[in-house]
Order: sequence, then structure tokens, then C-alpha cells
Amino acid sequence: MRHVLSVLVENEPGVLSRVVGLFSGRGFNIETLNVAPTLEDGLSLMTITTSGEEQIIEQITKQLRKLVTVVKVVDLTHLQSVEREMVLIKVNAEDERRAEVLRIADIFRCKVVDVSGNDLTLEITGDQGKIRAIVSLLQRFGIKEFARTGTVAMRRSMQVD
Amino acid sequence: MERTGAQVLLECLLQEGVESIFGFPGGAVIDIYHHLPEYPALRHFLVRHEQGAIHAADGYARATGRVGVCLVTSGPGATNTVTGIATAYMDSIPVVIITGQVPTPLIGNDAFQEVDIVGISRPCVKHNYLVKDVKDLAWIIKQAFYLARTGRPGPVLVDLPKDVLQAKTVFEYPESISMRSYNPNLAPNRRQVRKVTELLRRSRRPLVYSGGGVISSDASEELTWLCQTLRIPVTSTLMGLGAFPGDDPLWLGMLGMHGTYAANMAVGHTDLLLAVGARFDDRVTGKISSFAPSAQVVHIDVDPTSIRKNVNVDVPIVADCRLALRGIREELEICPDLPDWSEAHQPWLEQVGEWQRDHPLRYTFSEEPIKPQFVVEKIYELTKGEAIITTEVGQNQMWAAQFSKFHRPRTFLTSGGLGTMGYGFPAAIGAQVAFPDKLVIDIAGDGSIQMNIQEMATAVSYNIPVKIVILNNGYLGMVRQWQELFYAKNYCATCMHLNPDFVKLAEAYGAAGFRVTKAADVERVLKEAFAVPGPAIVDVVVEPEENVYPMVPAGAALTDMLLV
Repeated sequence: MRHVLSVLVENEPGVLSRVVGLFSGRGFNIETLNVAPTLEDGLSLMTITTSGEEQIIEQITKQLRKLVTVVKVVDLTHLQSVEREMVLIKVNAEDERRAEVLRIADIFRCKVVDVSGNDLTLEITGDQGKIRAIVSLLQRFGIKEFARTGTVAMRRSMQVD
Repeated sequence: MERTGAQVLLECLLQEGVESIFGFPGGAVIDIYHHLPEYPALRHFLVRHEQGAIHAADGYARATGRVGVCLVTSGPGATNTVTGIATAYMDSIPVVIITGQVPTPLIGNDAFQEVDIVGISRPCVKHNYLVKDVKDLAWIIKQAFYLARTGRPGPVLVDLPKDVLQAKTVFEYPESISMRSYNPNLAPNRRQVRKVTELLRRSRRPLVYSGGGVISSDASEELTWLCQTLRIPVTSTLMGLGAFPGDDPLWLGMLGMHGTYAANMAVGHTDLLLAVGARFDDRVTGKISSFAPSAQVVHIDVDPTSIRKNVNVDVPIVADCRLALRGIREELEICPDLPDWSEAHQPWLEQVGEWQRDHPLRYTFSEEPIKPQFVVEKIYELTKGEAIITTEVGQNQMWAAQFSKFHRPRTFLTSGGLGTMGYGFPAAIGAQVAFPDKLVIDIAGDGSIQMNIQEMATAVSYNIPVKIVILNNGYLGMVRQWQELFYAKNYCATCMHLNPDFVKLAEAYGAAGFRVTKAADVERVLKEAFAVPGPAIVDVVVEPEENVYPMVPAGAALTDMLLV
């Protein structure tokens, strides 16, 4: 099962390789990884998506907590949370098909962030399902480049049963 | 007054109560060595190879419970410690490793003797640091020692660039430490403790399975009280030997691949397994699905990752072993209507006793060639468990664990998790430095001893009177045993065709050398060697193809043992 882990770490050299090394050294899997500084000085937040059976996920969270530079680990999977990912997609958009691409972009509330004679670059934000959906729709036009941030996620303030 | 980074480091070591440093100099750490004579309270032992330094620091730590310190230069000096760091990491031994590094402006340039030791050692240290500013040095050293000895202990490496060692600052040692990201939980959860006492009351076939955590948390007394009061038989891992008196009738010996018949059978039949400071290593459990099949499992460990890593646990207690065992004792003491433990466990103890009588550890005596087990028994007889025993790795290690008895913690030092050949001799040097008046004996094999034999020069030059007893069978015996049993006797690359003359080798270093070939001479020669004021090697020519039994083949259930 897929899990989203929110990992607060000390923002110091080597912290990323400690986390990544833990995953590779123990044979755990990283699907996506996002890391950036938080508003608090000296702390960064990593969002890691991984998958595995419960016992593996339990090991992953415990092993992460054991790292001296890791401050906090939250498994968002069983909490209500907001999950987003941003993707930049450069897609073929020759004159005759441009309108069609733009229509899809509009439906998915993408932003057009770059344009040329042959292609459009779209910015889209959403959860994994939405991103999978637009990718599958745009594939027939030909996706020339594709860059995604990996999941970022946050626990919802209200946890409703 | 301003001091250089090198002086700050040495001041910090003094503040931490360090007395002995095991090290080897080099370009990147000359500044530290330059100032070392200003600190006569810090005794430095010059080894002959950096692996010797890290193992000696490790042996010192295991024998004393204090943090061992190792000091080496950059590049090859640092990489030569890696095996020893991994050894300490696997066995949770508190060691601080100080490595030199090229000057910060050169880092990343492939400078002379540059290596990314922080990167290399990352998977096998509890934590490590690269110090980039001399102002950070004091608190980093303080944290390094704190991390090494608290929680689940382990090695911590501090990498010191040469320009940081030369830079000047005002020395101020921080008084306290607060780390938002590191707060090991030590006190047991009361509710969990109550669950354990409840299970203990109901159990008819309880078994204690203790490990190295009992030794590192100094919980030996608490463990002994619990087992003796409640009449619970005890087995332990290799790492746990010595935590429970080896001559107590409740003692079953070691469990696992080369555990005793009684210990492994007890695991197979217990209804309550109390795992204390042990981590269910594969050499202990055998086939995991058949391990303790009818037992409820209580697992006490200070490291949450140990729990449910390999086996499912009914009652986990994340806590310091000593505090947890004390908690159980306190809970029992306020518990009304406790059973009469002797009566409650009598049938079980009788059953266990029967297993002990039916299949004790045994071997067939022979006058010549000498049996290695006989030598270990003789060492025990002569030292009565008062010596500190270290081992190398392989058959020598297993025979030492089986045929010697250990009565006190920190008297058996061996590389359990990593299985590092070449560990025993330098570790013995470290232990002997800590306890100059004790008899320290390395039980070695002819293969392992050659992996760090160069430390004989260290032992002789500081007159560290370690005794090495080589069980010389001319083979890498444990591998040969596997080849015999599981690889059609294809003894590929396990015969030590050309061993040196160990007696002459000892003498060449300025140590004493002895050779024994007949069982009748073993006692006399051992006595003679133990009486030598300096280091000595006793080369005991033993049966070449003796095997270690019992043996649980890899992947088999613990109760499926090959017996003699």
C-alpha cells in the first residue's frame, strides 16, 4: 500500500543522504521525494511517498525517527490530509490541434506557462489521480518533456470521522 | 585565552573523562599529535594499523562500559577504521572516532589523502559530523560522546579538517545538551509492565532470552534477580553471555545456530518468551516461522526499530533494560497473591533439566591431537571466570562461548553482529589497557589471528600482557565445517597451507611463544604463559577437522539440530 510520510528534519548538510541512504541501505522503496526549507529556521520538510506492507512501513517510520537529524515523522496515510503535486508538461500543439490541447488544459484548470509555434507548456496541480488523468489525455498529442515535483501533503486541521 | 582546534579537541576529551586513546598519526592530524604531550592525562597508544585502533577502542568500551576513543588521519587512516566502526555499530558499542580531513578549501578536490569518510561511514555509525568551523568543535564533541553512550549506544565519527584544527577560538565546554531530534525513551510504560507481570503469573513455561542490551544497560543484577526469584530458566545470545551467572542451574547456555540443545528446545516449547535487550538475529532464530511457536513474546529494547523487525511481539516495551526490569520487579513486589514460583515452574524446570542431561555440550577427548574444546575448558578451569576473554570469529568463537562459563558482564568480548575476524586481539589490548591487573585472553584461530597480528608490536611496546591462545587447526575452520556439511567437502580456499611458526612470530615481536601438541601439556603451558609478565602466544595444535556442535543448519528450525 502507498504511504505518504511527512518528515521534519534538521536542515544541515548530509541530511538528505542520511534519509535516502536509509531507504536504499535497508531495501525500502521511495516513489517520490520532495524537500524544501520550512518557515522555521534550520528545519526542512520532506514529503516521501513509499509503499510496502504495514510491517515495512512501521520499520521505515521507526528507522527514520532513529536518525539523529530527523525531528518528526508523520504517516499521513491514515489521517485526512491534503495531497498535491505540481507538474510541468511540454506537449505538442501544432496549429490544428492547439485548440484541443487548450480545451483539455482548461478543463483541468492548467496554466499555460510557455508557448512556442509547436508546443505548449502546461502547469498543473493536483493529486495523483488528476495527474494520471491529464497525462493519459495528453499522451496522444505527444508529451515532449515532463517534470514533476513529487507529492507534498499536509494533515487537515479538522479530522472528521 | 585562544586555543587551536587541536587543543580544543584535547580539552574536550579531558572534559569527557577520556584516559586512553588508540590511534595512528598522519598528515591531517599532526596538529592533534603536536599538542598531545601537553595533556599527560590522555594516554595515547600507537597501534600498527588503524583497524587495531578502532577494535582496541571497542574492546576498551565493552570491558568498561565507557566510551572508547580512536584517533586516525584522513584518507586511508579513516577507511582502515570502517570495519571496526561497523563492528561497533552492529554490537551497539559506544566509540568516538576522530578522523583527520584535508583542509576545508580542498574538500571535494580529490586532494592527497582525501576521502569522504562521513559519506562512507554513514550507514554504519549512529551519527557523524564534519566540523567546518572551529567554533562548533566543542559542542560537536560533547554531542558525539552523548550520542555514543546514551539510548542504544553506538559509534559516532567526527571528521576534522586540518584548517579547523589549526584555527583558533576560545574554549568553552557546553554544560548541557539539548537536542530536539534525539530523546531516547528510557522509562518503561507502566501499563505494558503490568501486562508482563500478568503474563508471568499465568505462564507455566517461561524462558528469558537475554542479549547484549542487558550488558550495555548494566541490567545484569536486575535480570539475575528476576530469573532466580521467579525460577525462570535463562538463555542468551552470544552478546549477552556474562549477564547471568554461567554456573547457576537456571542457566541453559547460548541459544541459536550453535546454541545448546536445552536452550533451543526450551525456545521451541516455552509459553512465554521474555526477550531482554536482544534483537532476534537470524543466527539466533533459525527459521523464523518456527521460532518460539507456542510462546507469547515480550520484547524489551531501548531501540523501537528492534521491535517487530523480525518477529511479532505480544508485549513490546521500549525502554532501557535495567529500568524495565526494575519496573517489573516493583510491580511484582506490590502484586498480591503471587504464585509459588518454584512449584508453578517445577515441571518445566524438570523438562529443561532433562534436555540438559540428555544432550549436554560434549566432545570426544583425545590426547593427541588435542581437542579445541578441551583447551577452552582448561582456560576456564585455570581462570575460574575471572579473566576477560575475547575471541576472534569462527569456530574459536563458538567453542569459547560454549565451553567457557561467564559469571559477570563485560568479561566476554566478541564481534557478534558483524563477525569480524581480527577483532579479538586488538580488543583484548583495549580491555587490558582498561584493566591492567586482569588476565586478558584472546581465544583465537590460526586464520583470524593473522588478520591483526601486527598489533603484537603495540602489545610489546607498551607491555600490554595480553595472552593469545591459538586453536590452530590449519583451517578456516568454520567455513571448512560448512563445506564439509553442506558443500560436499569441497575445501576450496580454507586450508591455511602455510601458517607462520607462531612461536617464532611471537619471539620476533619480543613476546613469549609456546607450543602445545599433547593434551597432558595444556594445563602446564597455559599456566606458564599466563604467568609471563608480558604478552604471549600459545600455539595449540588441535584436531584439524573438529566441528562445532550442536548446529542448526541455516534456515532450519531451532529444534532441528545436528548433534555430535
